[in-house]
Amino acid sequence: MPAPKLGRAIVITSGKGGVGKTTTTANLGTALAARGARVALVDADVGLRNLDIVLGLESRVKYHVLDVLEEKVSLDEALVADKHSETLFLLAAAQTREKDEVDTEKMRALIEDLRTKFDYVLIDCPAGIELGFKNAVVGATEAIVVSTPEVSSVRDVDRVVGLLGNRFKPQLIINRLRPQLVRKGKMLSVEDVNAILHLPLLGVIADEPEIIITTNRGEPLARRHDSETANAYHAIAARVAGEDVAAPTVEAKEGFLDKLGSFFGGRRA
Amino acid sequence: MMEWVRKFFGTTSSSTTAKDRLRLVLMTDHLALAPEIIENMKRDLIDVISRYVEVDREKVEVNFEREDRSLAMLANIPITSVNRPAAPPPTPPPPTSGPPPQRRRRRKKAATQSPATAQ
Repeated sequence: MPAPKLGRAIVITSGKGGVGKTTTTANLGTALAARGARVALVDADVGLRNLDIVLGLESRVKYHVLDVLEEKVSLDEALVADKHSETLFLLAAAQTREKDEVDTEKMRALIEDLRTKFDYVLIDCPAGIELGFKNAVVGATEAIVVSTPEVSSVRDVDRVVGLLGNRFKPQLIINRLRPQLVRKGKMLSVEDVNAILHLPLLGVIADEPEIIITTNRGEPLARRHDSETANAYHAIAARVAGEDVAAPTVEAKEGFLDKLGSFFGGRRA
Repeated sequence: MMEWVRKFFGTTSSSTTAKDRLRLVLMTDHLALAPEIIENMKRDLIDVISRYVEVDREKVEVNFEREDRSLAMLANIPITSVNRPAAPPPTPPPPTSGPPPQRRRRRKKAATQSPATAQ
């Protein structure tokens, strides 16, 4: 069912590993699909497939991105339908292959093909800045960078933004923010990160146990609408879709002990 | 408020330390990634100084050093002759045929970030 207009291909990248690219891709994709958009999620982390397990689709994967690139199966055969959303699909990474087996030009063509079929193509980029990164970026029309409020992550995002070059105007998601720590001066704040990176902020996601729990279960949090963090993903999706809503932020819930602690200046580490 | 309390007690929060360290390391990273910018800056710097004194272009050294909370640019520009008119000419004057060049070394220091660190 070819759409008259090409969809948007957004690469989700960070440089550093373990900052939540895959979780962000899964939740943003789920939230965009919940808005009725047709969404394809592409796991570009060849050799380290993970987007399938985060989405709870690991048992449904039969073919992967290299099967499509090598024309063993058609794109439609390789796309895995989500269990819950009718408009969400996954193209899994090859698990037993290596990143340098991906042909960059074929990858570009594949993403363009997906853009004819979907409103959004979200590409989950592998960590690093080598060939895997280049292959994830080659077909993208936009970029979202994910950073945690940590020095290593912020530095790597800065580097990746430099590598992305002028073709993109990357937008930032700050992930795993712990408001209590920020308030105590023990973690970089959103303002601190932005003062360094100077990127348009899509939103902030708190470091909440429910993200871990929903990932454990393979049920992305953004399937729900009953939690602050889930709604933060929905707000980010709305912003990506061009709606004029405020970037979700994270406020510390101040308990009595925190107030007492801040009154006495708190303990600094 | 918390920052004020910390200042009052003379301690620095670890997030402030993180921010300062990041800012500094990114400046160093950006410089290392843009060697052509350093070359252009070096050329412009020499051009400006050459309007006043004669310098040995081949021996100019430009380095960046990290200090406690800032990045400093250190330029070592050997001056071969100072036989120039006192008033700065807008364009380079014809070459002088004065006495044999005297070498003087002058250390020029400029802070790239905060003026407080400039000597």
